Amino acid sequence: MKEGYSEDRIITAGTYTAVWLALLVLLSATIAVSKLRLLAQFSAVGSLAIASVKAGLVLAFFMHLKYERPFLKGLLALAVSALTLLIGLTFVDVGYR
Amino acid sequence: MLKAEMGRIDHEGKKMGIWFFLFTEILFFGGMFLLYAIFRYRYADDFHRGAAGEDLFLGTVNTVILLTSSYTMALSLAAVRAGKRLLSSRLQAATILMGLAFLAIKYLEWSGKIARGLYPDSPVLLKLAKGEILFYGLYYVMTGIHGLHVFIGCVVIAFMLFSTRVGRINKENYSRLENTALYWHFVDVVWIYLYPLFYLLT
Repeated sequence: MKEGYSEDRIITAGTYTAVWLALLVLLSATIAVSKLRLLAQFSAVGSLAIASVKAGLVLAFFMHLKYERPFLKGLLALAVSALTLLIGLTFVDVGYR
Repeated sequence: MLKAEMGRIDHEGKKMGIWFFLFTEILFFGGMFLLYAIFRYRYADDFHRGAAGEDLFLGTVNTVILLTSSYTMALSLAAVRAGKRLLSSRLQAATILMGLAFLAIKYLEWSGKIARGLYPDSPVLLKLAKGEILFYGLYYVMTGIHGLHVFIGCVVIAFMLFSTRVGRINKENYSRLENTALYWHFVDVVWIYLYPLFYLLT
């Protein structure tokens, strides 16, 4: 078997439970950030940053990405970069019109 | 020896297939996120007014349900790989029930809005500001297509549940369940972004 990659790797239930609890804590944090208006002008950025941490946890552990080969991680990075570029360039267009 | 070698299941190759599908899904939902970003930038005040009409409580309950369903789905795959098929099928059943609960709450949310006359092209909606019309349009399209993904996920998991019960999904052959789980987690990730965009914008 290939060393260290997902084929022979079973994440333990304890890890999944820890990830699930972390997701619920982050959910509470994101409500707090938006409702308490701690950082009024940053609330959108803050919410999206917390959402990205949550998405990262789901990807890394629930979707086993942490244990996948670099090739697959690279492909995902490519897809996400394409979307970021698309949104970024559209904003440059709309913002300076 | 040779026979065993030939019969080896290519989990890696099968997994790559679902990942390629998920990449297309990223760009599919990405187009809608792009529209949301542009219109929110243009009509910031209207979007804030629109979001104020969302039910934060129901949205949060649905987020908890979907995050938990992802957790049970991940556990069901680990259970099958550990040879515990009965436990796995129970966890899959729990995942389906949570998916259906999510859709039921979505139904309550939508019917609440429709009762107030807020649905695409409704006379009430068309009297609102342009940005609010766009906000509700995006709300229905994005949560609707996401909800459709949840529904399809429930149907696919039901097939997996059957396959696990009869033993077609087992310790050695679990790729279909793994791919279904990857799809389900992806739908969860999409919701993780939809939630702050529609419910936390105040």
